Parts: sequence; structure tokens; C-alpha cells
Amino acid sequence: MLYREAGQFKTTYAEDMAIFPIRQDRIALAILLGIAFIGVPLLATFRIWPFGSDYLLWAILLPFLILALAAIGTNILVGYCGQISLGSGAFMAIGAYSAYKLATGVHIPLASLGFAIAIPPLPVLASILLGGFMSAGVGILFGIPSLRIKGLYLAVATLAAQFFFDWAFLRLPWFTNYAPSGSVNAPELDFFGVVVRTPVERYLLCLLFVTVLAVLAKNLVRGNLGRQWMAIRDMDIAAELIGIRPLYAKLTAFAVSSFIIGVAGALWGFVYLGSWEPLAFSIERSLDLLFMVIIGGLGSIMGSFIGAAFILIVPILLNVLPTELGLPLSTQTITHLQFIIFGSLICYLLIKEPHGFARLISIGKEKLRLWPFPY
Amino acid sequence: MIAFGQFLEVLIGGLMSGVLYSLVALGFVLIFKASGVFNYAQGAMVLLAGLALVRALDLLVANGFPLWVAVVLGIGFAAVIMAATAWLIERFVVGPLVNQDALTLFMSTIGVTFVIEGVAEMIFGSDVYPLRLFPTDAWFLFEGLFPGGILVNKLDVWGALIAGILVAGLALFFQRTKTGRALRAVADDHLAAHSVGIPISWIWFVVWLAAGLVALVAATVWGTKLGVQFSITFLALKALPVLIIGGLTSIPGAIVGGLIVGAGEKIAEVYLGPSIGGGIEYWFAYVLALAVLLVRPQGLFGERIIERI
Repeated sequence: MLYREAGQFKTTYAEDMAIFPIRQDRIALAILLGIAFIGVPLLATFRIWPFGSDYLLWAILLPFLILALAAIGTNILVGYCGQISLGSGAFMAIGAYSAYKLATGVHIPLASLGFAIAIPPLPVLASILLGGFMSAGVGILFGIPSLRIKGLYLAVATLAAQFFFDWAFLRLPWFTNYAPSGSVNAPELDFFGVVVRTPVERYLLCLLFVTVLAVLAKNLVRGNLGRQWMAIRDMDIAAELIGIRPLYAKLTAFAVSSFIIGVAGALWGFVYLGSWEPLAFSIERSLDLLFMVIIGGLGSIMGSFIGAAFILIVPILLNVLPTELGLPLSTQTITHLQFIIFGSLICYLLIKEPHGFARLISIGKEKLRLWPFPY
Repeated sequence: MIAFGQFLEVLIGGLMSGVLYSLVALGFVLIFKASGVFNYAQGAMVLLAGLALVRALDLLVANGFPLWVAVVLGIGFAAVIMAATAWLIERFVVGPLVNQDALTLFMSTIGVTFVIEGVAEMIFGSDVYPLRLFPTDAWFLFEGLFPGGILVNKLDVWGALIAGILVAGLALFFQRTKTGRALRAVADDHLAAHSVGIPISWIWFVVWLAAGLVALVAATVWGTKLGVQFSITFLALKALPVLIIGGLTSIPGAIVGGLIVGAGEKIAEVYLGPSIGGGIEYWFAYVLALAVLLVRPQGLFGERIIERI
């Protein structure tokens, strides 16, 4: 009844091509953004339920936003361009470590040439964005094989990036500024004089990044470039025959995807973790991101958010539930049960809806449009 | 002469451990060939088989059975567990997902990995269990030729022997038996095989069973080497580059790939490692795989990928 577009006439081409052509969608999005930008911070500042403690902000909303951003990046590569990547964790790491190096000052001694490259410490915002660009550069480099390798072979090839950078950040002390423990501390988050400290401020910062980049990504995939990516995904030979350059399309997908993932990685390190080790960006992270994208829905920005929420929250729930219910289980059993339930849930979802939550939502919308008279 | 002796030792050690990688990679190839599923769960299957075997062994020996009876019963028990796993996977995961794209199938096997790891550790415990089926001491060869001789681990020799027997057995199975021929038919074309009356789900069960048994064999060797423990599952990640170098569809490729990776990473670690920081074993195989793929996108022995519109 409520969700019906009857009477909403589109009189211009621009109206027809809008991101949200239906008015109810726009209203829903506006409400959602209002809650996210105004409601949550207000509730959190005045400590009203469910924000009585910082737990919800710290343990759920903050990682959710950052992982959703990383999932959007992964989705651009895997979902829109069809290039399977198991190296997303590595690109997060590259973003985080480049941002760290740039924020603390880069010094490359070139002893054989007799001089050194020195970059003074950059402001945090510049470091985070440049971290993203570094990640994009490396992404292009590791994307070059995709011109020859396809499918699962490419997936394993991207593992090379994952393992190489895992090793590099662990073993090459230059990246960690020779910290003896191998872990690094993020610099103070100073944005043009505004210092971000409390959880609410961190949340707003991430929200801002996520909103801007998500809108950017959404418009990119609707445009010329996104259509090229999707053509390559659907059938690369046919796409090449109708004049799409695979080199350009694939490498831009790698670049944009790695940029977004790199920014997410920098945020993960700077805003969420504060201090981190290479372990924070291991192969597990890559697999998690891939899960988010597939369970959320390949080729859907909205799906990335839902997938991120699902993959993040289910393990937390499984962890909390037994104690809440008062089941007398040892922590080890709980861990094992968590594995089993999570694994089964993933298999179940893949079997029931291989196209992910995004597809469920579009089916739901269709149904809602006809409700309550579906005939 | 010392340098050459050392090189030989490194090379032989590398080749032998490469054979052990191949043991894990073989399981991948079997399943990929027959069903197009890239089975991430192979490492977890090795863990499950190893845990089932070692726990059954311990229990039987503790109850006073003679060792050889315990070994036979233990292997039988582990084989039954692997058969049950194969049936469950075919029935509840791979069967319903037929005709989905490769990525979905791959992700579903990661889900299976979680389940197998959880179940295996819940039932059989999650400690490190030592397994002593093969001798683990070393031989010194050519002591007359090189000072100190060349150190060769007996376990590695056993591993190589077992891998050889396994490959010969699989080759015979694929070439000479009716089921083997049906397997190859399914691998070539599901639909065509189905239409001439080959029961696909039965064939897939057989394939997963074969992969499970290969995992059991790998578990006996790896379990003796490292003890049966959770970190065995990471072998799956080590077997991926082996697979890629050899080609996803070729059984000899898995062996040759294993040899190349094993020898390559040991030699690189010994001769290149010290100059760039050590631990390069961690990624060397993958970079090697990447380099091979750039020259031959289907791997060394893989079937040529022909694409049509």
C-alpha cells in the first residue's frame, strides 16, 4: 500500500535515471541517513539505550562501517568486474601501512646513489587518502596478470599478493619504523585542527568516509566505466569484440577497488584498531570480505552493507548467545559450535539464495509493491 | 665439493617435501576434474582424517590391541569417517549447488571447511596428537663422496613411495575400471554423461570419497611429520600454488608442481633467504605460481582453455 509508485510520473530523462527513482526509496534513505548522522550520535552522547555503554559503537558500528567500505571495494572487483580476488586483506594492509608511513614521515636511504628520499610527516587526511592511492597502485600491478589469467587461477594468483605483503609487513622492519614488537601505533587523528578521539567522533568520521565513497562507487558503477566492468564480467571476449578495452576496464576496476579497500584499511588501522600488527590483515580478512560480498550479493552496493553486517554480527551473536542463555558450555566448545553454525549458515544461504541478500531485498520490494493484493 | 653436497641435500630435501605437498594437491585435482569444484576443504579433510585415525589408534592401543590390528582398524575407522563426510557433502552441499558458478561453489567449500574443523575438533579434541606410523630418523647418503654425507629423512622417502603408489593406483582406477571411465566422462561433460545414463550424484560421491582417502593418506604422512594438529589445515593453502603450477586438471601435474614448489622454495630459502630477510618460504610458492601463470595461464599440464562466444 505504502510502497507503490503510482502517480509518480517521470517527465525528464534525468528523473528516469535517478539512483532512487521511487519516492518511497528516497524517503527511506533520508530517514536512514538521518538516524545514522544525527540520531545515533545524539543517543550516544546522551547515553540513551541502546547506547548506554560504548560497546555498540565500538564493537559493532565502527567495524561494520569500515568493513562495509572494504566490502564495497571488493564488490567492485569481484561483483562488478568478475575478477575473483583473495587478496583484499593485503590491500587493506597496504592502505594502512602506507598511511602510517606517510603520517610518520618517509625516509628512504638510497646509499648507493648518495642521497635519501625524505618526505615530512603528512596530515592524517592526506595520509589516509594517499594510502588509498598507494593501494590502488599496487592493485594495478597485481591486476596485470588478470589480463591473461581468469577465474580460479586468478584467485590463487591474488593470493600471491596476500602472502607477499603479509610477509613484507612482518619481516621488513622499515614498514614498522623499526618497532621492536612489530606492531605500530596510529598517529593522533587531527583533521585540520579537529582532533578525533571519542567513539562518537570516530563513528562520525568513518560514516563520512563511507557515505562519500559509497555514493561515488554507486555512481561509478552506473556510469560508462561500470557498464564496461559488467560487460567484462558477463563475457570478456564478447565485450572485447564490441570495443571495450579489457586492459583499461580490468585495471580501472583493480585500481578503484584497491583504492576503496586501501582507504578502508587505513581507517581500520587508524580509527578502529589504533595500534595493529600484520595479523590484522591476514588471509582470514580476505575470505571474510569475499563472504560479505557473496552473501550480500555480487554486484550490489547495498548488498555489501548487508553482507558486512551479517558476517560481522553473526559470530558476535554466536559468541554471546550461549552465556546469555545460560548454557553450561566450555569456551572451547563454544568456539567449535561457532565454527559449525557459521559454516552451515553460509552453506545454507548459498544454497537457498546464491545471489545473496540483495536479491532477497529486490524480491521483497516486488512483493511489497503488490501487497496486499498480489494479483 | 662441500657447496655441491649442500646444494644436493637442499634439493633432495625440497623435492621430498614437495612430494608431500603433492599428496594434498592430488585431492584437489580429483574433485576439480570431476565436478569443477575448487575444494578449499581439502586441508580440513586432512585434519579430520588424521584426527580420526590417531584418536582411534590411541584408544585401541590403550585397550590392549596389538599394534598392527590397531593400525588396520584405525585406518578402517578413518576411512568410514571420510566416506560419511563425502556422502554428507555430496548430499547437502554440492548436490543442491549443481550448476552454480565456480565462485559460489568455492565459497560453499569454505563454509564446509568451518563445519569440518568445528566437528572434528569437537569430537576428537583439539590438542597436538603425535602419530608414529613411519620411521622419522635420517639416513646419510654418499658419505664417501661428500664430507658428512647427504642427510635424507626416512619419512620423506616413505612419503615419496606412498605418493608414487597412490598416483599409480589412481591412474589404474581412472583408466581400467568402469567407475573410473565414468568419472572421466563426467569430468569431460556433466550433461552428456548424464544423458548416457551415468549417475552423476553417485560419481560425485565416489570422487569426494577418493579425495577423502587421499586426504587420509596425506594425514598419515603429515601427521607423522608434524603431529596431527589444527595447523595441518593450512596445508590446503600451501597446496594451491602446487595445483596452479601443475594445472588444475592434471594428476601428473600435481606431482610435478609439488616437486617444483618443494625444491624451489627450499633452494630460495637457503640461497636467497638470508639476503632479504628470511621466511620467504611463506610466499615464494605463490610468486612462482604467478610467474608460471603469466607464461602458461592453464598451468604446465592443464588442458588448454578454449573460449568461444
